[in-house]
Amino acid sequence: MKTVAPAQWAGLGLVIALAVIPLLVRNNYQIFILILIAVDTILTVGLSLVMGYAGQVSLGHATFFGVGAYATALLSARFGWPPALALPAAAGLTALAGYLLGVPIFRLRGHYLAMATLGLNVIFILILKNEAEVTGGPSGFTDIPPLALGGLTFDSDVKMYYLVWAVTLGVLWLSLNVVNSRVGRALRAIHASEVAAEALGVDANAYKLKVFAMAAGFAGLAGGLYAQAIHFISPSSFDVLVSIELVTMAAVGGLASVWGSIFGAATVVLLAQFIRDRMGVLLAGASGEQEIIVFGLLLVVIMVFLPEGLTVGGLRVLRAWPITRRLRAARDQT
Amino acid sequence: MSDTLLQARQIYKAFGGVQAVTGVDLAIQRGEIFALIGPNGAGKTTTFNVISGTHALDQGEVIFDGHAIHGQAAHRIAALGLVRTFQNLQIFGTLTVLENVMVGRHMHTRTGFVTAALRWPGVRAEERETRARAQAYLKVVGLDGRADEPAGSLPFGQQRLLEIARALAAEPKLLMLDEPAAGLTRPEIDALNSLIRRIQAEGVTIVLVEHDMNLVMGLANRVAVLHYGRKLADGTPAEVQADERVIGAYLGVGWDAAPAYA
Repeated sequence: MKTVAPAQWAGLGLVIALAVIPLLVRNNYQIFILILIAVDTILTVGLSLVMGYAGQVSLGHATFFGVGAYATALLSARFGWPPALALPAAAGLTALAGYLLGVPIFRLRGHYLAMATLGLNVIFILILKNEAEVTGGPSGFTDIPPLALGGLTFDSDVKMYYLVWAVTLGVLWLSLNVVNSRVGRALRAIHASEVAAEALGVDANAYKLKVFAMAAGFAGLAGGLYAQAIHFISPSSFDVLVSIELVTMAAVGGLASVWGSIFGAATVVLLAQFIRDRMGVLLAGASGEQEIIVFGLLLVVIMVFLPEGLTVGGLRVLRAWPITRRLRAARDQT
Repeated sequence: MSDTLLQARQIYKAFGGVQAVTGVDLAIQRGEIFALIGPNGAGKTTTFNVISGTHALDQGEVIFDGHAIHGQAAHRIAALGLVRTFQNLQIFGTLTVLENVMVGRHMHTRTGFVTAALRWPGVRAEERETRARAQAYLKVVGLDGRADEPAGSLPFGQQRLLEIARALAAEPKLLMLDEPAAGLTRPEIDALNSLIRRIQAEGVTIVLVEHDMNLVMGLANRVAVLHYGRKLADGTPAEVQADERVIGAYLGVGWDAAPAYA
């Protein structure tokens, strides 16, 4: 009995919706928001592999986002590499950086691991701000050349939208394949009981390093795409608050859910826009900076009431709803 | 032809000021069922943990199947064919019953990050094969009907069986069972007894730590008794049961005859 799973229908629906959206939305700002959602989805997927599947906390994921963005910018603007080459090279470099930094970091566990990743992010921002000759310092790095592939230059938001979403879907596909494999099982086993996984021959440390490198590589890719989408980057786009935002996205989407990461990224990006636009109106004197308070609250509420995230947890709550239960009972009877 | 599969010489392990294992020697022969018994706190589980690499040992050497395994990481020891279960169950509760056993196949399968991500040719075939084999191991312990349930939802006794199936899936040369009967009902213990015999009949050497004396004395070919971290006696079940020091340690009589370690 070969049937198309609901997830496959959802995936197909998503691809069609993504393809059609730019035809309906002619406002560049909205297209740009959709690009941001895609970039954040790539970041969130990687983070959910590390946190949700392997069970290793990272509060410094924005570091790798920044490494990818600055590597792309430096390679293309300073060293004159074609951007189409700089982008994958930056992703590869970021994956390598993730692996190497992971070696000392994964000697730690739990809260210590969280603190170390947070510290990594803080140090990274200090370097970006202080090494001004290389990075442009606090004011950032401008004039990042647009990506060109063959005769096609990605110089408009709509072109960039299609590119970024195509890459995002590719990343989701790769992640789903990993999650539903021997590797994904090993990661979840490490999360559930590291000693038992080790006792069955799973090299837990090697798996942690590799999944961290993979997530870093994705983040590097997201960073490169981000740099090329907005042609300007500065340290504030990669600081600890961004890392916290990413954890919020992963938590909203469900820490161990690949598809949930789109939902998590979309929710947080849209919420952030809403807060920046309206906070001043709702609360006199409040600036956009206060968004982090809202995210903090959101994170706490989700962790307490829906620890599997809004998607998975929401579905569970919905299933338990009396009306849904009665509907299902009626359906099962027929 | 006595063929030693595992040889532990003068192993020591302390936790802080507590000397948990003091100079224990063990020799386990290929194909036998070897039981490690002793009163609570005698150092049985610690001996288990330092042999399997779950904890590092302080001193001593352990030779398994021709390899020195002391100081090695647990996953390397497992790869040599020494696989263990845990006294305080270590089921992967968030995975399904079948997936737990599929993790047991980890060492006998290859798919890595890159091949998995790209759905390399052969990945699907390997996954199908792993699933089929895991299903067969579930059948051995009679859990094949619950394959797709979350492992954490199984009742306690079945979780114990699942741990054994998972360990068997790793195709061990030496299977170490840490108190497999703890918390089981009488019928479950009887089923366990016959399961362990079947595993031995397949050629797997078994070491078990166990409190249930009926089970131990009925199953084991040889028994070692630990007391206050030292080996008190070893031999056949009959020899050990007749040993005065063992009787003293268990029944608390003849204190003057027992060595004064404490």
